[in-house]
Amino acid sequence: MGESRKGLGREGGLSTGMIDKIVPSVEAALADVSDGSTVLVGGFGGAGVPGELIDALIEQGARELTIVNNNAGNAEFGVAALLKAGRVRKIICSYPRTADSYVFEALYRAGKVELELVPQGTLSERMRAAGAGIGAFYTPTGYGTDLAKGKETRMIDGRGHVLEYPIHGDVALVKAERGDRWGNLVYRKSARNFGPTMASAAKCTIAQVYETVELGALDPECIVTPGIFVTRVVKVPRKKTTAVPAEAAA
Amino acid sequence: MSYAKLTREQIAARIARDIPEGAYVNLGIGMPTLVGNHLPKDREIFLHSENGILGMGPAPAPGLEDMDLINAGKEPVSLLTGGAYFHHTDSFAMMRGGHLDICVLGAFQVSVTGDLANWSIGGDAIPAVGGAMDLAVGAKSVWVMMEHLTKEGASKIVKRCTYPLTGIGVVKRIYTDLAVIDVTPRGLAARDLVAGLAFDDLLRLTGVSLLPPAAKAAA
Repeated sequence: MGESRKGLGREGGLSTGMIDKIVPSVEAALADVSDGSTVLVGGFGGAGVPGELIDALIEQGARELTIVNNNAGNAEFGVAALLKAGRVRKIICSYPRTADSYVFEALYRAGKVELELVPQGTLSERMRAAGAGIGAFYTPTGYGTDLAKGKETRMIDGRGHVLEYPIHGDVALVKAERGDRWGNLVYRKSARNFGPTMASAAKCTIAQVYETVELGALDPECIVTPGIFVTRVVKVPRKKTTAVPAEAAA
Repeated sequence: MSYAKLTREQIAARIARDIPEGAYVNLGIGMPTLVGNHLPKDREIFLHSENGILGMGPAPAPGLEDMDLINAGKEPVSLLTGGAYFHHTDSFAMMRGGHLDICVLGAFQVSVTGDLANWSIGGDAIPAVGGAMDLAVGAKSVWVMMEHLTKEGASKIVKRCTYPLTGIGVVKRIYTDLAVIDVTPRGLAARDLVAGLAFDDLLRLTGVSLLPPAAKAAA
């Protein structure tokens, strides 16, 4: 990453004439992802999954990836396809066991993928901390449970807390509804989920959008992710979000 | 003597009656989701969903599902007029930060001191936690909704949880198909036993000490 190229916005030279973070294709957007990268992948269930970027990452061929996502893929698309292609060394997530997460399950049981299980709010907050420059934080979540084993703890105001460290991404792949050439983004309904936090937490954030709009078309009062957190924007054809199986629980 | 256990829908209706107007509420995946079907129509109650929704409404009519608008269980839902979307970190700040008044969670076991086990049965299963631990420590009142007994007839209310813990001392109240039980500093206090169920029978089925309904009233 960081190669000086006209048209890549903040990665460009001192004077590119016009900042334009919009790139022509998902291939161009992902060209420089290197082996061993930590990739933050947005989405919760089927909502907010940057499917076209994930598919392009499989094509691109980077290996030994650490994937951060709420889940561990459904059926054989998205993160599951990346797992099936053998590109993932480790997954950091909160809920890898879904009705159709068989690709992850087989790899996990075969010892071919490492799992770091993190409570969902801690997962999100660890990325927020990365984006916000926080060195570590204490959270009450998980105190006294198996997921806090081996971690530093502290009593604060009479309550047990667990020390948690940031998760920095090399790359973040997020799905937004609309973006402009400065990288400002708005999302759609609950497809927003991890997008804004992940965008802030990676060195290179790539947003796939259904619409690119002129500067000024997004209401400045309503921009959800300001362009400073976004490296590249790529437009993909609009597609209806598909369902994933509903979950059973305790 | 004979008694009829409450159905899941009846437990859900019982819980819904106890949710006051203006409450910010998170309903866990599975059984607790049923509570949403029974909220009194004359009360404004704010349902929160961990994936970034406040003012969540019921499932849309068939054909109108929008998979960008789903609940924590990944089922399509709707947004009430006045509802809001926000990102995950804000959503969990609402949970962990004590902004939710009530969350209703399913459970495998609850201990006499309010320890909660609801995320893992241990052993060989792929571990998955989701937002359970954040809700358990964050909501002002954690209510558990569960069947009183396992399929094998063992009490799910126990002296000490044998399943992996979700949170320590977090549960305030337990709604089962047999009774409502408050977790108090003096121990578990039974109330609202189903019709026909004597306190001694509840005690025997539960297998841990319970304060009888009258003792709590006198306290």
